[in-house]
Amino acid sequence: MNKNYFEVLRPGINSTFQDNGRNNFYHIGIPFSGAMDNRNFLLANTISNNEINNPVVEFAYQGPKLKYIGENISISITGDVNFKIIRKNKNLEFSCYENIILENNDCLDILSTNRSVYGYLSIGGTFEVDYYLNSCSTNTKAKIGANSGEKLKKGQIIHLKNIKKILPKNKIEYLNSKIENIRIIKGPHFDYFSKDAIDSFFSDEFNVTKLSDRMGIRLKGPKISNIKNTNIKSEGLVKGVIQITADGDPIIMLSDHGTIGGYPKIGVVISADYDKLVQIPPGSKIKFKEINLKDAETIFKLYEMETQNLISNIK
Amino acid sequence: MIKNISNLGDAALYCDFGTEVNKEINRNVINYFNNLRDSNFLGITNITPSYNKLVISFDLKLTSFAKLKKQVENLELKKNNNSKNNLIKIPVCCAEEFALDIKRLQKLLKINEAKIYETFFSKNYYCYMTGFIAGMPFLGDMDKSLFAKRLETPRVKVPKNSIGITEQFCNIYTFESPGGWNIIGKTPVDIFDNKKNTEPNLINPGDTISFYPISKLEYEKKYE
Repeated sequence: MNKNYFEVLRPGINSTFQDNGRNNFYHIGIPFSGAMDNRNFLLANTISNNEINNPVVEFAYQGPKLKYIGENISISITGDVNFKIIRKNKNLEFSCYENIILENNDCLDILSTNRSVYGYLSIGGTFEVDYYLNSCSTNTKAKIGANSGEKLKKGQIIHLKNIKKILPKNKIEYLNSKIENIRIIKGPHFDYFSKDAIDSFFSDEFNVTKLSDRMGIRLKGPKISNIKNTNIKSEGLVKGVIQITADGDPIIMLSDHGTIGGYPKIGVVISADYDKLVQIPPGSKIKFKEINLKDAETIFKLYEMETQNLISNIK
Repeated sequence: MIKNISNLGDAALYCDFGTEVNKEINRNVINYFNNLRDSNFLGITNITPSYNKLVISFDLKLTSFAKLKKQVENLELKKNNNSKNNLIKIPVCCAEEFALDIKRLQKLLKINEAKIYETFFSKNYYCYMTGFIAGMPFLGDMDKSLFAKRLETPRVKVPKNSIGITEQFCNIYTFESPGGWNIIGKTPVDIFDNKKNTEPNLINPGDTISFYPISKLEYEKKYE
């Protein structure tokens, strides 16, 4: 068969291969990883008519510039992303959430994500990547998963396999809604903080700082003062946990988080807000709002129905 | 046994076994962990044992807090399967260039270097949990005479395979990572092998570790 591949002309800021994530290894210190914004990951694969857990390239802020060599192939890009295809010295504009045909010698230039963080590139076929513990998700800290656990590098070749026949047009209208109010459920150490601290935690704004990545979002705002102990005996963490550091600043744990932590947990972001949370770029302001478990479960059901609806509209 | 089960967000159970740190409580945690691993309850995505807590995360599309809580409460515990827990011997080289904090410890603990190492190597250590970074074991308990605070300013980079001690615990840095534990030596053995696709970690919760000293020459031999 023909050889089909991308050459990485520019890797972008943080471009990695991801899938649905890696289950059941927290107990040996390996986080879940996987695509940060699960809905946009699912949509990327659905538009490309792929199995739902097919590997994609996730990029942050500035994406990669890729030269394509091979037979015609469908690709799709999801998120709020600026990109173009350079074909025979002409710049061609396309939209996200549709499948696009890439031809031999085309150059796909993923310029930036707009007032968001992550975007996804899927192909009608499969990136040839290594799997580790049942997932190709790249974890650059433990150096595991696809691409030897590394980000994309300049000059590297990405081989493709199982190229599909060009698909009929798949397109959806989808707007990535943004949020400022993050809904959370009280954490187990709520009573480590004074009433005043809790009041300002829920009424004041926090800034998303530049020290935010796939492991976590660090916030700056009013200091959340601790009245019991700034440390706890280390214990398990999950995605969305908000820890308060000894300095009184909140950190929200994201998909590549350390599996255990020793700071008190003031709350946990509800599952339905996670995809939107990870898309909030540094420099933004956020607020926290407390809701109860029952409401969080109902909101998640609705969010999941919405996702399934989008998927079935494509199919 | 579990004192209380509460929700950690909308997609995890937070099982509280108490507030103390001791082997008895931790063995309970690990017993539940092992039994849950065999249970096949629908929707569990991760189970994280720690000193005295067990966090069970699940897929909210497949199950819910109320459903899984009931299943965990009704779980019939099989007798602790100790065959899963091993005694592992770890060589440690205490050459000056690896024992980054031995001078600080001598001052802090008011014990000389030889006595620090003699005390350290005379005990076996129990693995309470692994994690934070991939494969890192949290071991205890240290002899009381070696209880030392963390560094005031954590190191930005602790070399891979360093052995650190703090308070009642010791650990092994499985990757180069930031950290504030007092470094007393280095092992030539990889505790976490990121090339191994099954059981990449050498040490599991519940295992017993015995450290033994090796010379620089032996260290270099093992490293080859």
